[in-house]
Amino acid sequence: MIKVRYFASLRERVGCEDESIEWSEQRRSVADLRAHLCGRGGVWEEAFAADSLIMCAINEELATSAALLADEDEIAFFPPVTGG
Amino acid sequence: MTTIVEVSLTKEVLEPGALDVRLASYRDSGARVVFAGQARDEGGKVKSLFVEHFSGMAETSIRTICERAGEKWSLNRIVVVHRTGNVAAGEDLVQVAVSADHRSAAFTACEYVMDYLKSNAPLWKKEIGPDSARWVDAKSSDAAAVKRWSE
Repeated sequence: MIKVRYFASLRERVGCEDESIEWSEQRRSVADLRAHLCGRGGVWEEAFAADSLIMCAINEELATSAALLADEDEIAFFPPVTGG
Repeated sequence: MTTIVEVSLTKEVLEPGALDVRLASYRDSGARVVFAGQARDEGGKVKSLFVEHFSGMAETSIRTICERAGEKWSLNRIVVVHRTGNVAAGEDLVQVAVSADHRSAAFTACEYVMDYLKSNAPLWKKEIGPDSARWVDAKSSDAAAVKRWSE
């Protein structure tokens, strides 16, 4: 299983703080996982559309969409950051 | 020499100038640069900012940025304090203090830390107005500010 967390406006948009998703060969990369979430339709499709600006972290480190996921990883999706 | 880095997130009000006073107590530095980012009231439209953060990653990412600055320039100390939760308009949102032997390194490193903090550290601001609230959009100028460091 991989743990997926959502933050800030993205969390509010999809109405979900975190969830567990089965790791699979079909969802090896961040881009694959994004496509999977987008495929849920509705608010997920809007939030995870290919042109939607979303940042991602794997195990608390920023990751690109090409980054690979391993079982037990914690993936976080969030809007572009606005601290400071 | 290794730069001493201190990073903290707090819900407490940040007293203006507190970090400057703290770094002034050491005798090893010839220069101190302090930056403070303050919550603007936008002419009364913003009562407060709500700051959400990714606990753990926010602290680690700011620390990593500071450590990179310490590798790039000759610095003595970097202290960063960022507010979380509700920040009333007029209060400090973030304070960064850098001390070094000479001013040039301190000025540059302070700007570097803020540029990367604004585009990489997982924190998000929501503007709370008298009757509405909205998430602040990321600025393309912040992304551009980070790019110049790699040019």
